[in-house]
Amino acid sequence: MIVGHRKPLEEIKSYLDGCERVLVLGCGTCVAVCMAGGEKEVQLLASQLRMAFKEEGKEILVEEETIQRQCDREYFDTIKEKVENYDAVLSLACGAGVQLAAELFPRRVVLPGLNTTFIGVAEKEGVWSEKCRACANCLLAETGGICPITICPKGLVNGPCGGTNHGKCEVSKEKDCAWTLIYRRLEGQGRLEKIREIHPAKNYKAQTTPATIVHAAYIEEEA
Amino acid sequence: MPVPFAEALKSKEFVVTAEVGPPKGVDIQEMLHNIELLKDKVDALNVTDNQSSVMRIGSLPVCKLIKEAGGEPILQMTCRDRNRVALQSELLGAYILGIRNVLALTGDYITVGDHIEAKPVFDLDSVLLVKLIRQMEQGKDFAGNELKGSPKFCVGAIVTPEADPIEPQLLKFEKKIKAGAEFIQTQAIYDLDNFKKFMGYARKFQVKILAGIVLLASAGMARFMNANVPGIFVPQELIEELVAAPKGKALEKGIEIAGRMIRQLREEKVCDGVHIMAIGREHLVPEILSAAGM
Repeated sequence: MIVGHRKPLEEIKSYLDGCERVLVLGCGTCVAVCMAGGEKEVQLLASQLRMAFKEEGKEILVEEETIQRQCDREYFDTIKEKVENYDAVLSLACGAGVQLAAELFPRRVVLPGLNTTFIGVAEKEGVWSEKCRACANCLLAETGGICPITICPKGLVNGPCGGTNHGKCEVSKEKDCAWTLIYRRLEGQGRLEKIREIHPAKNYKAQTTPATIVHAAYIEEEA
Repeated sequence: MPVPFAEALKSKEFVVTAEVGPPKGVDIQEMLHNIELLKDKVDALNVTDNQSSVMRIGSLPVCKLIKEAGGEPILQMTCRDRNRVALQSELLGAYILGIRNVLALTGDYITVGDHIEAKPVFDLDSVLLVKLIRQMEQGKDFAGNELKGSPKFCVGAIVTPEADPIEPQLLKFEKKIKAGAEFIQTQAIYDLDNFKKFMGYARKFQVKILAGIVLLASAGMARFMNANVPGIFVPQELIEELVAAPKGKALEKGIEIAGRMIRQLREEKVCDGVHIMAIGREHLVPEILSAAGM
């Protein structure tokens, strides 16, 4: 899932200077699962804002709404008319959702309430960790299902650097060295030959932004 | 004229290189003094590339100054700050300035240095940098385009013989040699028995090995490195030797230890040479060499 976390309240409040009617808009998919931008978090943020504005003597209306997905146009249909009532939409979606909302409501100020952080997994209650950098060139078949582009801060493809120590990373003793993990896993599977050859350089062309994917089969069907 | 380092590696039984760390700022008097002091006492001077990710004068201009002073420079190049375009461009530039030796490194991560919000590059890694240089020597750039005149370098890389676990490190060591490294410089070593074990393995490969010698200035420094520097292990006996040194004499003891290690490596023909890292005390390298009987 895409993992994000809430921006500090002070930063969010500073965006809303001069607004009179604000809609806090949640997203029911990834950011709801990582407890950053779903219905519950919308309620919490809206209450915090109402209390803060009341304390500061500001008359700003704060209302709430959550749609199932902010990265899909069709889910905005139900709130199209409602949005007309506000001068700002504070979106708690990931950066993709915020941008789609901004595109669909060009006359409204659409603002981000989260910092979108990574693609990752839930480790346990309240802990998520990054697993994928969306590099468009998946290496996991060669590296024992451990991504060196993501788990190694340097994104090294030919083995560990000299900064690794007792299986940890030079960047932080809390982080595992990706290449020690890869080595151990492939060794356990008797597949070390996968990493013995010199791996070619990464292809950054595949990562030229903004990327687009066209699924031809579906396009033809429409036509 | 100094002997080209590639020649020295071939013809000499034991080569000596020393590290030069460029300053942060434009006052280069002390560095020039050290270059003058060392250039005729070692086979090459190895210039760091924004060492520890701390911004300072680059390796290339200092290599050029060493060349002008009549020394033999080794250009350290890391993959931290330059993509493949910048690396190749700098290599061509180095060649036309007369620089013939390159040490290829991955480089420390940005956040260990002094510009922690900078963008880390790491387009290539040390293995691919060695490969890139060898490809340029064949008259092609990394993308396969023809070069108008190709460079020729003596290329080195590094290894950490005390790494724990050692196997992933050795996998990369072998890739560096496969990519075309002619010499390998090691991270600091202090335990000669461990190092001899490593050499037993390394001797299987056609590559010259230069043992890394870091001058110990005090017992505190040794303990600090043991706790904080990956791949450095100073044995307890050496720490005790430093502790036992009379007050104010620990550095002298460090020089003696470094000299003793170099002498033993040379006399027992353990490896092909040493790379001395005096870390801010470059002026002491001649004393280390005389302690080694060289």
